[in-house]
Amino acid sequence: MSLYQVQKLLYHLNRDPVVRSQFERDRDGLLASYDLTTEEREAIEAPDIGLLYVMGVNGQILMHYAALRGFEWNAYIEAMREGERKYGPVRTGLYTSAQSRS
Amino acid sequence: MSLVFAGVCSHAPGITGRKDRADPVLRDGLYAAYERMRLAMEAERPDALVVIAAEHFANFFMNNMPAICVGMADYYEGPIEDEAWLGIQRTQVPGSPDLSRRLIEDVMNDVDLAYAQEWKFDHGISVPLHFLTPRYDLPIVPVNINCQGPPLIPLKRVWAFGQALRRACENVPERIAVIGTGGISHWPATPDSGKINEPWDRAFLDHFLNNRKDSLLAYRDDETWREAGQGGFEIRTFIAVAGLTEGCKGELWFYAPIPIFAVGCTVAVMTL
Repeated sequence: MSLYQVQKLLYHLNRDPVVRSQFERDRDGLLASYDLTTEEREAIEAPDIGLLYVMGVNGQILMHYAALRGFEWNAYIEAMREGERKYGPVRTGLYTSAQSRS
Repeated sequence: MSLVFAGVCSHAPGITGRKDRADPVLRDGLYAAYERMRLAMEAERPDALVVIAAEHFANFFMNNMPAICVGMADYYEGPIEDEAWLGIQRTQVPGSPDLSRRLIEDVMNDVDLAYAQEWKFDHGISVPLHFLTPRYDLPIVPVNINCQGPPLIPLKRVWAFGQALRRACENVPERIAVIGTGGISHWPATPDSGKINEPWDRAFLDHFLNNRKDSLLAYRDDETWREAGQGGFEIRTFIAVAGLTEGCKGELWFYAPIPIFAVGCTVAVMTL
């Protein structure tokens, strides 16, 4: 269920300016209100877009978080590729077949 | 007859957000097709536009994901995305809660729906409206079909929704336009963004334009996912329009894979 919590946080960040404001003012407090593992919290904070992708975060949620953290489109795509190189194939969710990509 | 216009079109965020990075000939051809669609729709003097879309976690999340939801708000806001990222200025779009309610109540005789009195449009609706109702002066009835992740509504139920919506349109005095908006094959927001299976798209479009119900309902999600990407689940928006317009043929006004837009860009209109 933890992936669900990561996606829930990013979903709230994407759609709610109040949550975005808290993310800037009180990041620890905001992240503490979601049931995240240490790896997940660190990936969000870094941000490690590649690791979040490998964790299985849906791209329709992740691409907006990447944009929020300053990733231009090509950098976003490359971050996901780098994530696969560094952490291996996507672990769960819709993109688990990405490991078979040629 | 109060269904006065029906068609389908693409909605990918790159169409507006990355417009300067596309082949200008293809981009301008696509934009011209949207403009042709706008003029054709306006010529039918619609009182409202129903947009059958596939949103991307702007309003609906896995805590309570409706298979199909219809908007019933006085107004809507969008786009929810960063304006510079999408290339569309945020605005309010008029709704028609009374019309929404009558359509919802009629459709619910056959298909269960969720409804929403608050809805923030994402690119899935904002991109089509940017081209088709650029003055934002036509009341919108948004429809969302969950196409983002399983469990997904079966295609036969999407067809049934289209049929029920057709009857609902016939039962209201307003002149109703309907567009479905989704991708065909695409792998959006992934490392495979830009990959497009053109033969798959063209085969699907051939079935769609000829309103071949059996062929359209024979698509299986596991095959679609493998051959057309997770974005291919959005064929539900096209199939809803096919159900809406059963027995009608369509005309393809534009199709071209545009990789930086991450989809085979499509504009097609049904002959009612």
